[in-house]
Amino acid sequence: MRHPSLKQPFVISSIQSVLGPVPVVNNFMTFADWLGTARVRCGIKRENYMVDPGLYAFGSPDSESEILVTSNYKLSFDSLRACLKEKSFWILVLDTQGINVWCAAGKGTFGTAELVSKIMSCSLHRLVKHRCLIVPQLGASGISAYETREKTDFKVIFGPVDCRNLLEFINNGKKSNEAMRTKTFTIADRLTLIPIELLHYIKIGCFLCLLVLIISGLIGSGTDLENVKGEGLFIVFGIFSGILTGAFWGPMLLPWLPGRAFSVKGLFIGLICALLLLLSRHVFYGNPWSWNEALVWIFTISSVSSYITLNFTGSSTYTSLSGVKKEMRWAIPLQIIGFSCGMVLALVTIFDK
Amino acid sequence: MKKVVYLRNVSTLKLNTDLCVGCEVCINVCPRGVFAKENGSVKIIDLDACIECGACQKNCYTKAVQVRTGVGCATAVINTALGKKGSNCCCVVEPCNSDSQKSSIRSSGCC
Ligand code: SF4
Ligand code: SF4
Repeated sequence: MRHPSLKQPFVISSIQSVLGPVPVVNNFMTFADWLGTARVRCGIKRENYMVDPGLYAFGSPDSESEILVTSNYKLSFDSLRACLKEKSFWILVLDTQGINVWCAAGKGTFGTAELVSKIMSCSLHRLVKHRCLIVPQLGASGISAYETREKTDFKVIFGPVDCRNLLEFINNGKKSNEAMRTKTFTIADRLTLIPIELLHYIKIGCFLCLLVLIISGLIGSGTDLENVKGEGLFIVFGIFSGILTGAFWGPMLLPWLPGRAFSVKGLFIGLICALLLLLSRHVFYGNPWSWNEALVWIFTISSVSSYITLNFTGSSTYTSLSGVKKEMRWAIPLQIIGFSCGMVLALVTIFDK
Repeated sequence: MKKVVYLRNVSTLKLNTDLCVGCEVCINVCPRGVFAKENGSVKIIDLDACIECGACQKNCYTKAVQVRTGVGCATAVINTALGKKGSNCCCVVEPCNSDSQKSSIRSSGCC
């Protein structure tokens, strides 16, 4: 079997095992690791953030040490080694093409076949005396414990959802309690997911705004520049407010927004945002808006916000495919209608002047 | 903290009590606390919490659990409808390489 490269930045040395030299990994995150995490969280070059699959050592493991299984997405790998502290383990990294455990389990790459093949190719039977592997519980949708046992004689024990509970789990006699088993979705979880969504939509938003500015410059009533400054900017502001509400406030306030459907939550926060903007425009600029303008804002912001919040279903941890499909059947047409109404009204407003 | 639940009555999860031997594996693998043992037999106690991840089905050796698995991700559903492959989906945080579609077991075409 080909061992993972010793040249990877988190490898500090190697130890001799019955299988030859095995790379030993660092037990803390270096500045470069943090930087990489931040970069990936912002969606920059995240496709290739991976480590070599195969066997690693943490501390100075021997034939009695536990074997922990993870994916070769560097974020998963990093968070695992950062929470192991002083103990010694073997770490078996499956080849998931740089995708995290949960997504890869759903895809099947973090699956029984890959696990069995790694057990064989890393000769775990010779490496350790016990026949037990600790697999993150979120890998259970890809890995079948009883099939693995049938094929390799290794018993798969599903560890806690969050690797920060791993040591407690092991000290507990490898038993997880209900809290360890349950996937949460806290405000901190959501905060780490927001930047990537936000940046994604801002990119689209910029393109859309450029389009709006050009069109408003061409078809408005006054001189080109006046139009761009007037109606054009007005719409641009609306689009960005919609994005910000849908991609930031929607996810942030998710559990407290009314309704179960994400699109309803997004619609609600979008409406609030539109009303607040109208109010602030009144207060700060003193120029009252026409009904047309007000409706343009309300329609565009709430439909954009509703759509973007609906797309947060993928980042959330409590939605099902059946549910999302059901919601989309009515939500998407309504969002399209809402947005179109806004756009038509915007054009009418511009021509009216 | 109270469990946050998505839409009601949509999950495709089914438990065949005739096949179930009460081994409790499903209770242990489910990340959403859907199953529990009551009066000696395993039951679905919170169907609406189910996210159709399929962990229970995959690990029930008597095949007593059936569920149509998939990822609850609107982006993935849209991309599938548009015929796109390997796009950013449930992996909005995590990458999804287009050339990594080795053995997709999911119907959604998502990661
Ligand atoms: S895993 Fe299957 S057999 Fe075991 S308790 Fe659950 S449903 Fe019953
Ligand atoms: S599909 Fe997933 S969430 Fe639903 S009951 Fe099975 S393990 Fe639990």
